[in-house]
Amino acid sequence: MKRPVIETRDLRYRYGDGAPALNGVNFRLEEGECVALLGPNGSGKTTFVLHLNGLLEGQGSVEVCGLPVERGNLAAIRRKIGVVFQDSESQLFMPTVLEDVAFGPINRGLDRPAALERAIAALKTVGMEGAAARAPYHLSAGEQKKVAIAGILATDPEILALDEPTTFLDPPGQRALAELLGALPQAKLIVTHNIPFALALCRRAVFFQDGVIVADGSVEEVVARFGWDFATASYPRR
Amino acid sequence: MHHIVLERWSRGTSGVHRLDPRAKIVPLLALLAALATARHALPEFSAAVFAMLCAALLAARVPLFPALARAALVLPFAAVFAAVCWISGDPARGVALALKSYLSALAVLTVVATTPLPLLLRGLEWLRVPMFLLTVAQFLYRYLFVISEEAQHMRKAAAARGTPQRRLASGGARFRAAAGALAVLFARSYGRAQDVHRAMLARGFTGRLHPLFDLRFRRADAAFAALASLAPLAARFAVERMP
Repeated sequence: MKRPVIETRDLRYRYGDGAPALNGVNFRLEEGECVALLGPNGSGKTTFVLHLNGLLEGQGSVEVCGLPVERGNLAAIRRKIGVVFQDSESQLFMPTVLEDVAFGPINRGLDRPAALERAIAALKTVGMEGAAARAPYHLSAGEQKKVAIAGILATDPEILALDEPTTFLDPPGQRALAELLGALPQAKLIVTHNIPFALALCRRAVFFQDGVIVADGSVEEVVARFGWDFATASYPRR
Repeated sequence: MHHIVLERWSRGTSGVHRLDPRAKIVPLLALLAALATARHALPEFSAAVFAMLCAALLAARVPLFPALARAALVLPFAAVFAAVCWISGDPARGVALALKSYLSALAVLTVVATTPLPLLLRGLEWLRVPMFLLTVAQFLYRYLFVISEEAQHMRKAAAARGTPQRRLASGGARFRAAAGALAVLFARSYGRAQDVHRAMLARGFTGRLHPLFDLRFRRADAAFAALASLAPLAARFAVERMP
């Protein structure tokens, strides 16, 4: 058995208004593994991801690369896990693309030449090196998504967590992203409703419902069990 | 995506644009101080300052008349105080106030229109402007357009659902609708701020934005800063000594 890079036990969380969001999530991700997090809207997938780098704090235990997610370990944990958020507009906050992609490496203590080198390499990986001097708000939604991914790749994390990475991407963009992610060696967690995308990248999927994981298996099995396999076929005709 | 004209102007390539931001901020401060403290021969001094600013805008290839018109945005605010002076029996002070306000706005606009905001903020950081204020300015600038677009989307959504036209709605209904939209916009902006902060923390933010590039202050910048700082002072000295 490979080393677990993420392990949660009985993870529970309630929103500020008392509404339960996670009701005891047990999950394990192994080194190099790629797992799709499926489930209906509001089932707790994004909330779960926000617990992995300590952005939300619930009850139960969360370990990332053997480190418990707690205040003293947050800096180290955030170096190990890179989260690509659903809304790229919120993730790109610096004045230029290059400064934004270099934001992570500089905060991780790299000197400026090294951070710049890392940022340019990451932009090349996603095919956005030509946009380095542009302002993020001048980019299309698809371009913003690529730059957001570059911003995470530049930090060289051991784990990638991507929340709805195909949102706003056109079909060729989705395909290019699947190829890009497939070539990366890191362990990956992909929150998605895009079943073909999940099938292209992941062997395993877990299904969230009402804040718990109700199924864990191959992507094909899980989507078939919940009737989500229609998303891989054509829509029924009248 | 919409973006303001000033931002487009600031991305020019003229010699004025290429100057170090500090070489523009220091003369700006000198000019503002000279203008604010001017008492005598104000019309002549104002004409000299106006000519200098127009020359700078032309040298930077910034469209002159649109820039002059934008600087006039300050006048409605200044006019209130000018009117108070006029009513209280000191019309000269009212005119001076309006003149100084307009020229100050034009001077600031000249610097902002020839310096990309990131560089301008770096220059202000060098002048020891509190980092917190600069960070707020940077984020406000970054997300102003996003919030404005959200407001436009909400307006379109309301129109699509048959919200009465402005002329047809009563005053009270319009006020209630505007207040509701404002509350929703505030909640969305708050949510956006929370998302941005999370994204920053996720990439190791510890409370300070680290610059990626250093500013380079060359001899040409020093020469420009010295000349441009002295010019308004010399002009004021000259006009105040005119017979």
